[in-house]
Amino acid sequence: MTLDELYDEFDFLGDWESKCEYLIELGFDLPPFPAEAKTEEHRVHGCQSNVWLVASVRGNGPPTIDILADSDAMIVRGLIAVLLTVYSGRTPREILATDPQEVFSRLGLDRHLSSARKNGLLGMVKRIRTLAAEAA
Amino acid sequence: MSETIPDHVFDVEAVRRDFPILGKPLSTGKPLVYLDTGASAQKPQAVIDAERECYENYFANAYRGVYQFGDRVSQALEASRETVRALLNAASGEEIVFTSGTTMSINLVSNAWGRKFLRPGDEVLVTEMEHHANLVPWQQITREKGAALRYVPITADGRLDLDQLDEVLSDRTRLLAVTGMSNVLGTVNPIGELVRRAKRVGALVLVDGAQSVPHHTLDVRHPEIDFLAFSGHKLYGPTGVGVLYGRRELLDAMDPFLCGGHMIERVEREHSTWAELPAKFEAGTIPIAQAIALKAGIEYVERLGFDAIAAHERALLRYAHERLGAIPGLTIYGPAVEHKGSIVSFTVAGIAAEDLAVLLDLKGVFVRHGHHCTMPLHAVLGVSATVRASFGLYNTRAEVDALVEAIHFARRKLRLE
Repeated sequence: MTLDELYDEFDFLGDWESKCEYLIELGFDLPPFPAEAKTEEHRVHGCQSNVWLVASVRGNGPPTIDILADSDAMIVRGLIAVLLTVYSGRTPREILATDPQEVFSRLGLDRHLSSARKNGLLGMVKRIRTLAAEAA
Repeated sequence: MSETIPDHVFDVEAVRRDFPILGKPLSTGKPLVYLDTGASAQKPQAVIDAERECYENYFANAYRGVYQFGDRVSQALEASRETVRALLNAASGEEIVFTSGTTMSINLVSNAWGRKFLRPGDEVLVTEMEHHANLVPWQQITREKGAALRYVPITADGRLDLDQLDEVLSDRTRLLAVTGMSNVLGTVNPIGELVRRAKRVGALVLVDGAQSVPHHTLDVRHPEIDFLAFSGHKLYGPTGVGVLYGRRELLDAMDPFLCGGHMIERVEREHSTWAELPAKFEAGTIPIAQAIALKAGIEYVERLGFDAIAAHERALLRYAHERLGAIPGLTIYGPAVEHKGSIVSFTVAGIAAEDLAVLLDLKGVFVRHGHHCTMPLHAVLGVSATVRASFGLYNTRAEVDALVEAIHFARRKLRLE
């Protein structure tokens, strides 16, 4: 799914209840995360629930960054799915040019997330942007 | 299934009509199911009116003006102080200090008493179930004074382990700081026995009454409690106002905590002397309209009757335990109903606490999730977060049903049923 398709989907859903249920659906469909990667090194701090994130750079030509992440909270998994749509498979330049706040406010999620979850998201975005900056 | 409350004792539907917010549907059109009274209680019309009437009819700063409003405000404040005194059966209104809330009250004691009287080697005793407000101030002051902080452990079912009390309570203990009722487990602590045993070793007792004062009558002289802290907003009163009760002899011996206007007798260039109690601890402008309206909150609760409220809440709690206990994967933390007040904290296997709170909110059911300002307690319980439903005098069996239905909805959404 592209980011534009995600915007369309969220516009279609309308209210928070439908968006929340959709996030849960996205969470169930999140690509599997290797159990052995659930280590302290990959843990994202700032989240109330456990979140793990790994990123790898795909070389050959302009590099792109692949991201995998997981959480024990299903709505957080849904938010991770949104983040992967925004960031995974993108070039470092694309990643650094994307304003995460804009994405979440465009999706209408910012009003419904607790400050703990916003911090957690920010923690994930920060890690992705750091990796992008290193690969750029 | 559970005991019913005769209508002539406690008519919950009539009570609900006293609370304007409860009659209004949410923006989603669903009715409000407010199960977070442990965090803050909704306000009856009488409290809203009392605060508004002060601003509309006679507001001025307190204890200063000789003009008519100044006098009226001061009288209204003193009437409220007298209502608090009577509620606690304190010996004198001078022992009732208005603060901004429980947190401020406890910080007042830790600073004004602790800084002056704690010595290296002394011990302050808290319990594993304390709210951070009755824990962190003691961590800070004991560290500063070279004193030690010790903990009364809890049992597997979330009660104080009194068999181990003698391990931690000794003649080095200067103060026992204990909650009257746990804000997570709901456990009602045996204050009488704790006071008896603390007095035996010469320790003072501070009771954090934030949760207990709204639910049970309490007499600070039987048994003799040295300090009691509580908040107005959990007692159906306004936000921003709380109370510290302190025995006169102790308050007299303590230095001021906050310094400024109203708390002085005489200020010279190099030093000052302190006003009489309670002004000595009421520096600056106190929350005037809120302290005045606290009286309306207390009177509202007293008119319904603490016993009738307690019976109503106990019946709800019993019903909630029965119904929640039947949900697969649901674990309730804390003791059996007979040892607790109207708080139920739980987890549901396979659902993160925050997800559950978010999904319940979709159904109009308002609960709290997280560590509830008790991180050390959650470490003992072995969970990082729980969901808490807390009941007040206006909650109904139908709302317990709504909670249960909403949990089933959450389980369905997470494909657990």
